[in-house]
Amino acid sequence: MSNEINAGSMADIAFLLLIFFLVTTTIASDKGILNFLPPKQDPNVPQPDIKKNERNIFNVLINANNDLLVEGEYRRKAEGLDKDFKDFIMNFGAPDEEAVALFNSLPASLQAQAQRKPDSSDHPGEAVISIKTNRGTSYAVFLEVFDNAKRAYFSVYAERVGLTPDEYRALTDDDEASKALQNKGKEGIPMAISIAEPDKMGGN
Amino acid sequence: MSKFRKKKLGGSDQINTSALPDIIFMLLFFFMVTTVLREQDVLVDQRIPQSTQLQKLQNKTLISYIFIGKPKNTSLYGSEPRVQANDVLISSPEIVQWVNQERDKLPEADRQSITISMKVDKEVKMGPISDVQTELRNADARKVLYASTKKTEEN
Repeated sequence: MSNEINAGSMADIAFLLLIFFLVTTTIASDKGILNFLPPKQDPNVPQPDIKKNERNIFNVLINANNDLLVEGEYRRKAEGLDKDFKDFIMNFGAPDEEAVALFNSLPASLQAQAQRKPDSSDHPGEAVISIKTNRGTSYAVFLEVFDNAKRAYFSVYAERVGLTPDEYRALTDDDEASKALQNKGKEGIPMAISIAEPDKMGGN
Repeated sequence: MSKFRKKKLGGSDQINTSALPDIIFMLLFFFMVTTVLREQDVLVDQRIPQSTQLQKLQNKTLISYIFIGKPKNTSLYGSEPRVQANDVLISSPEIVQWVNQERDKLPEADRQSITISMKVDKEVKMGPISDVQTELRNADARKVLYASTKKTEEN
């Protein structure tokens, strides 16, 4: 008789427990697309009358059949919208003094993308992307369009600070250095994505 | 070559497995620590849409989850998309109350930065989502995360 306990089945027991936890584990994924809702509307305060030039608003309408109307043009799919969004944001059609300074601070690769069309946005500070859905629009399609709009902004920000968009999005505001980078990318180019209240036609 | 030969002479034929339980235990502890045992049953369908521009939230304690989708038990809850918060299906007007409850659980300094993670099924239409968002605005919980998984990019 030996004095030691037989530890040979220890591995089996540990394996069993391991498999149990492997199966029950759902690694929590707190990933997603961030959005900030506008503040609650006070019924006593009338809506501010904001006059904005039509050329500074990039309209995307999605109807109950998930068809897209992008700046008056029909589109079946949301793919490639990010390019249009980016062209629109970085158009610099009629920049004011501040926007000229902003433009001069941009890297050459971004400057080259400014198309300066008179019928597109004046400068990034004015540009607004407006997404309007219908109550019957599918959430997946809406999210795809929203995703594209975010992608356009993030690629501009990332290009400005010389990172890839993935690296830029991974920046946290924990430490000063990455916070500074984050702010440098955003400065003067606010992420203006407006989500209009869905209209009631044809949905539930 | 002589190096290898020497080794072969010295070692026994069998692999030493005495460290195996330790390795398995290490894995076990890893999974035990990372596991979040589901404290709530999700009563609605959850097929999360995919997208590319994902961001990760740092402070998990600030997140409260809301689930929207078609109820799994259609005979009991009907087939229209419903909103689930905590363990129960709630109607839109109750969301304000729920947000306030969730907010009370947080330390005072963090109450304003509460984040609502909306886990929405693909099939849901914008109507119910907009209703929920209106209520969230009423509750002044304006930071919203549309939960989504990574889309593998096709280039």
